[in-house]
Amino acid sequence: MTQLLRILTAAVLLVVLSPAHAQLQFEVTGGSTGAQPIAIVPFGANDGVMDIAQVIEGDLVRSGLFFALPRTDMLEKPTEPKQIDHRNWKAVNMDNIVIGSVRRDPGSDRVAVRFYLFDVLRGEQRLGFEMPAAEPSQLRYTAHQIADLIFEKLVGIPGVFNTKIAYVASQGYGLDRKYALMISDWDGENPRTVATSREPLMSPQWAPDRKRLAYVGYERGRSSIYVHDVASGKVRKLVSEKGINGSPAWSPDGTKLAVTLSYESNPDIYVVDVATGAKRRLTQTEGIDTEAAWSPDGQSIVFTSERGGPPQIYRMTADGGSPTRISFQGRQNLRASYSPDGKNIALVNLDDNRYRIALLDVASGSMRLLSDGRFDEGPSFAPNGATVIYATQGPKGAELATVSTDGRVRQRLRQTGDVREPAWSPLQR
Amino acid sequence: MFKQVVLSAVVAFGLIGAGCASKSNKNASTAGAGSSGSSLGTGGTSDLSGSGSAVGTDDTSGLSLADRTVYFAFDSSDIDGPGQAIVSRFAKYLASHPTAKLRLEGHADERGTREYNVGLGERRANAVSAALISGGASAAQINIVSYGEERAADPGHDESAWAKNRRVEIVQL
Repeated sequence: MTQLLRILTAAVLLVVLSPAHAQLQFEVTGGSTGAQPIAIVPFGANDGVMDIAQVIEGDLVRSGLFFALPRTDMLEKPTEPKQIDHRNWKAVNMDNIVIGSVRRDPGSDRVAVRFYLFDVLRGEQRLGFEMPAAEPSQLRYTAHQIADLIFEKLVGIPGVFNTKIAYVASQGYGLDRKYALMISDWDGENPRTVATSREPLMSPQWAPDRKRLAYVGYERGRSSIYVHDVASGKVRKLVSEKGINGSPAWSPDGTKLAVTLSYESNPDIYVVDVATGAKRRLTQTEGIDTEAAWSPDGQSIVFTSERGGPPQIYRMTADGGSPTRISFQGRQNLRASYSPDGKNIALVNLDDNRYRIALLDVASGSMRLLSDGRFDEGPSFAPNGATVIYATQGPKGAELATVSTDGRVRQRLRQTGDVREPAWSPLQR
Repeated sequence: MFKQVVLSAVVAFGLIGAGCASKSNKNASTAGAGSSGSSLGTGGTSDLSGSGSAVGTDDTSGLSLADRTVYFAFDSSDIDGPGQAIVSRFAKYLASHPTAKLRLEGHADERGTREYNVGLGERRANAVSAALISGGASAAQINIVSYGEERAADPGHDESAWAKNRRVEIVQL
């Protein structure tokens, strides 16, 4: 028995010490029709540190809304506005060019970056910024910030290049199955392990302040809702009742979590005060009530319910009043979440034996399919509302996909094993 | 041509990426990650307790406690004939061993969303629990957990795999 325990302890340790899960591989799989041309010129004095222009270019191209002029096709490489000769850019059909330069902060390692966006056609400076000096290791974030500014100027909505995604990666079957809760940049870069377990990890959700992550874990056959502090790595077990502890959803003010608990009867929606742990039950019906999500104004909660038969989406007031069915197209509709502007709801729709991501227009009640898989699930809006990330079945396992809400741009994020339950972070404030 | 004005507006975002750079960011292990033994007996696919021999020997059904998985139809928590035989065997065992305890692990196939499937799995485990209690077990002998679709017994994406995944596993504690 001691021998057995030792082996099992070693096995568990192995999980903890095993290298981080591989990085997600990013691919734009659809889009680029109507993408606009842009030239990102290599930044001046950009030696010995990250190639800023390359990161900016990667961001803009990965958005699916831009294509970039290859460096080898650039007839000049200005780093200051006065060096620009507009004829060199008209010759290669570029309207917009980005130039910039890097400067070492005297007396420290910090690096300052200055950049400009020029409309060469009109001969106009459209942006000119001096970015705050940053440690060389943080330059990727400076570059994402620059990409955000360029994106917002040219597209008209905020960029999301400085956002993150949380997701659950898993590998193996049976006793060998291992789960890891991960955080990476939106494009899969810089993956970091938040938690690992041999029992399921589920349903990560970012707090509105982006500093905390709620998720579901199991320990010795009992589920709990945990709140992870991203900066300190500290974890707090918030709810661990008998039965189901699931589906955490942050209130817009970050003080409460709507959750699913079953300890009093069957799965019902409760609201838990994050500071005190005090619980309030919002639903009482027979059958499953689960997958709550708040409206951005905090006034309403949508959720999945069986009260009328097969699961459909219902909406109630945030204190549990007047639940009303709001999804009517499709055999089933599940796991609703509001767009940041509150006008749309992303959900999982079952029809023709396929689970697909759909967008429900809150005002009109009309529904529009966004994805075309068989087992698509777990939609999560980007904080600018322009893109939805979800999990889908790929050729070698579950992977993540994104689709722009206009359906034009599609991206994939995959790695060995299964990747599921994406949660797109809010913008940094 | 170009206005030679540098708009040196300093971007006043927060300390971008500061949270990610913090060196104190050790991976937090939670939810049983670091707690050795948390994976014990919760495997769902193999019986670590090796308890197949614990079943009553007076039974003539040919079943043993090794037959400890009850299967369900799609979207159903009804226990069919073969399932009833397994359940009644465990009910007798619990009734005659008042200190014995079981965990019922409810599972669903991959169709439907993950949290909804946790609900489905619990409904199945509750059905088995009710049958055990009506067969003589006491509620105190039974723990219930639902893993939803998270711990598939068969990783396939067809009906034969799904049929193996819609199940309640009876684990002796």
